[in-house]
Formats: sequence, C-alpha cells, structure tokens
Amino acid sequence: MNNLLVFPLLIPLCAAAILIFLKNNVIAQRWISVIGMLATVSASGAILVQVKTEGIQTLHMSGWMPPYGIVFVADTLAALLVLAASAVGAFCLIFSFGTVGAERERYYYYPFFQFLLVGVNGSFLTGDLFNLFVCFEVMLISSYALIVLGGTKRQLRETLKYMLINILSSTLFVAAVAYLYGAVGTLNMAHLSLRVAEAGQDGILNVIAILFLIVFSLKAGLFLFFWLPGSYSVPPAAVAALFGALLTKVGLYALIRTFTLIFYHEPQVTHGWIGWMAAATMVLGAFGAVAYSDVQRILNYNVVISVGFIAFGLAVASKDSLDGAVFYLLHDMFAKALLFILGGLIVHLSGTSRLKEMGGLIRKYPAAGWMFFIAALAVAGIPPLSGFAGKLLLIRGGLQEKEYLLTAISLASSFIVLYSLIRLFMNAFWGEEKARPEQAPALSKGMLLSAAGLCVIVIAMGLGSEWVYRFVTDAGDTLMNPAIYIDAVLKE
Amino acid sequence: MELYMSLAIGIIFTVGVYLILSRSLLRIILGTSLLTHGVHMLLLTMSRLKTGAAPLLGQKADAYVDPLPQALILTSIVISFGVTSFFFVLAYKAYQKLGTDDMELLRGKDDE
Repeated sequence: MNNLLVFPLLIPLCAAAILIFLKNNVIAQRWISVIGMLATVSASGAILVQVKTEGIQTLHMSGWMPPYGIVFVADTLAALLVLAASAVGAFCLIFSFGTVGAERERYYYYPFFQFLLVGVNGSFLTGDLFNLFVCFEVMLISSYALIVLGGTKRQLRETLKYMLINILSSTLFVAAVAYLYGAVGTLNMAHLSLRVAEAGQDGILNVIAILFLIVFSLKAGLFLFFWLPGSYSVPPAAVAALFGALLTKVGLYALIRTFTLIFYHEPQVTHGWIGWMAAATMVLGAFGAVAYSDVQRILNYNVVISVGFIAFGLAVASKDSLDGAVFYLLHDMFAKALLFILGGLIVHLSGTSRLKEMGGLIRKYPAAGWMFFIAALAVAGIPPLSGFAGKLLLIRGGLQEKEYLLTAISLASSFIVLYSLIRLFMNAFWGEEKARPEQAPALSKGMLLSAAGLCVIVIAMGLGSEWVYRFVTDAGDTLMNPAIYIDAVLKE
Repeated sequence: MELYMSLAIGIIFTVGVYLILSRSLLRIILGTSLLTHGVHMLLLTMSRLKTGAAPLLGQKADAYVDPLPQALILTSIVISFGVTSFFFVLAYKAYQKLGTDDMELLRGKDDE
C-alpha cells in the first residue's frame, strides 16, 4: 500500500478543477498549471525512487484487495513512463504560453491540458483492464477538445474523423473486455494473467488477444495509422507536440503490457502478427516521410515510423529487445516533443509549412537551427544522443533472435528518418532567405526555453545511457517475468 | 437465451457498421450509438443470463445475477453519452462552418 501512487492523477485533476473557475484570469491559470505540473513531476520522481529501492509499489483503492477492487501498480516501466509523460507535459505547457493564443487560453485550454495528463498517467498506472478503458476515455475526450479548440474549418473536419475512429476503437475495446470477462471472469490484469495461464491460451483466447491487438493498434497507430497524419497536423504546435509525444505511446504501453503480462503463451500467433504490422508500419511510414514536403506531415510520419520501431522490439520479445523498446519509448517521448516544438517554431518563423517556400532561417535564428539539427540526429539514433542506446539494444535483440528481415527493415527506416529530417533542416535553415511577411516574427525566450530544456534532456539521456539503463533493465526484467508483477499485486 | 441475445447483437452490429460506412454524418452518428448499444448488450450477455434476483441484498434470494457487468455497462453508458453529445455538437458546428454533412466532400486534401 502506497498512497503516493495516486498523486500523478490527483494533482492534475485538482489543478484542472480549480482552473475551470479562473476562466478570464489567464495569468493565474498559467501559474496554477505550472505549479500543478511541477508537483506532478516531483511526485512521479518520488514514485520512481521508491520503486527502484523497494520494488513494485501497489495501491488498493479503498482497501479492497485484488482481484476485487481497483489496484494501481507502479513497476519500473510505469514509473518511468509517468515521470517522462509529466516532464514532457511540463515542457509543452511552457511552450504553449506564448504560442496557443489568448483566445484558446480563455476557453479552458489549460483545464483540458491537465485532464489529458490525468488520462495518460492513469493509463500508465492502472492495474485493471476496465479502469484502463476509463483512463483512455479521459485522455481521448480531452484530446478531442484540444484538437478542435479554435474551431477553424480544418480542425472541425479532422476532428470529425479523429472522433469517429476513436469511438469505434473504444467500442471494440468494450467488446474485447466483454469477451475476456466472459471467457475468464476477471478484469484485474495480474489475475487475468493467472487465469489465462490456467486456461491455456487456446483458440478463443487467441481471438480475444488479436481483438486487443486491433484495439490498441488503432490507438497507437501501429499499421492502422491512417487517421494519424491528418488529425495531428491541425492543432497548434504545443498540442501537436503533446499528442505526438504521449498519445500513441499510451497505446504502445497498453500493447506492451497486454502482450507481456496476459497473452504471452502463443508468441508465434500474436507476436508474429505484431512483427508484420511493425514492418508494414515502418515501410509505409517511411514512404510518407519521404513523399511529403510539408513540415507537419513529415513529422507525423516520423511518429508512425517510431511506433513501428518500438513494436518491433515487442514482437521479438527477448530481454535485449524489450529493454530496447522501453529505452526507445522513453527517448521517443522527449525527442518527438522536441521535434514538434521546433517544427512549430519553423512554421511560425517562416509563415508557411511548405518546404519549398522557406529557407535561410539559420542566419537569424541559429539557436533554433542547431537544436533542430540535434533533434534530427537524436531521432535517427546517432551515437552520443539519446536515440542510439535504444536502437542498439533493439537491433542486437533482433539479430540474436534471428529476425533478420525485421532488423533490416528497422535499420533501413533509420536512414529514411535521418534523410527526411535532414532534408527538412536543409530546406528550412540553409539556402537563400525567401520572402517573408513584412516584419520578421519575433522569437520569444519562453518558446526557446522549452525546446532548450528538452534538448538538454535528449543529450543527457544519450551521455548518461548507462545510468538510464539501470532503470530500463529493471523494467525489462518485469516484462520478461510476469510472475514478478503478479506476485507484487496478488500476494501481500 | 444467450443465443437469441447474440443474434440480436449481431444484427445491431451489422446495422451499425452499415450506417457508419454511409456518407451522411448524421447516419454515422446513429451508427456509432447503435454500436455502443450492441457492446452494452454484449457485456450483459457475456456474463451469462442466469435467472436470479436483482443484486440487492435486501432480496434475501438464494442466487443473484452478476453485479459486475451492470456496473461496467453503467460506466460505459455515461461515457458514450458524453462522447455522443460532443459528437452531435461537433457535427452541428461543422455543418454551420463547412456547409455540408457529406463525408465525401470532407476529404480535404487541399488546405484552405
């Protein structure tokens, strides 16, 4: 029992509730949301330290013992992801101060932002399948509001599609929960794992596993990502950064949790499917990243590629590749937030999102230019930066398990990532200065500050890989041995 | 009993999917609400439709029906109610601004 576990939900929830009353006082809203976010980051840091020193932490709501009550579980993976999500949220929050515009700030932007974090942190920490569904809905409803806030024609059009897809996948989620409850009669994840192991993962449970795979793939953009490039390109840069960094990662986390804890008995069926979906995602994402000459589209397809990359780690499912998937997941949250923030700055500075109409930004804005360069190298996985260690582990895991084709595709996708981002960098920052609107737009310190903070984290995660790896390998141990998780939840 | 419920749920799913694949936005929203009806009935059916008293301890019965799916359905109903009302307002707003409810015309490759 550890009441600290509920704080990453409770703090943003209370902050959001208070913010609703401060509609017209934008300054107070900003202060309260920053304070709330910093408190969330420190609470999740404290959880991570506790998990590291004392093992997996659990919290039984109202003292009902599992499997009867709702349980919150923080193993190293969940604690790491909650900390990363809160930190990314803090940076996106600071970035949104100068960029989302006074109109949005007065119409409940910050409460929605906090509610989104409630949903994300809840999804990472919960140990109950139906509670996971509820946390997903909290996150999704806030994301509908954040996408459509502002109400331009493009936003309305894309939100319609985004909502329809997510209503469908939520419906399928409930159907999958119903089937699973009908088959094994429990909803607690640890207890589910035991029951599925007792029943043996036969035909019907494999079907349910594939249904869960479809549901979470729709959320994560694994192969079923057709909705993603359109809907992520309409909201303002701060919101797009938050989505690109967090939303698909929650789906990936759900995939990793489901297929390492519950449905791990028939890897040739489930993990085979995941492997092919990951390969298709990387290939199709690579086509998209090369084909478009629009900043937002290129970045969105980069999100798709990285989803495929992490799913490749899950598909191989050896110790090295799961370690690599966790490491890359952490790195990707920071790196994608940084990339989207800088992409937003590029669009803001050059007044267009088309590559052909921009150029020569490096003369006036060297800091933004070099940070984008560092971000591009980090995402591609160049050694001193954060993307390298995760990719190395993933590739090593793939080669050890003799998945040569998948490994080759993922290596090739890294080249495509590097090419697409460097093409963006060269077009936007080098070359002739193109005609821009009369007054060159100013670049405030606040905008650069959040990018610089993320940049420091990306570099530090690369240089301190050894230190990060100690946490990551812990997380990988729990993923490899579901018994550790089950014992921590059920036997106390 | 479960067989008849399953058949009914199957029909509801079929109609829901058919409506979602149509062009008019209102028909799509009707389709999504039919689908949510379908999954709620599915949740109820999957917990076995045994005869028993309503899950109230005052009934003093020998057997009760499973209370858990009822709680799950109640949660899911209010969530889908919130989402559906948001969807309706969004559709209304989109009709006002975009001037159409035909999904074919909302493809939007061009950026206005």
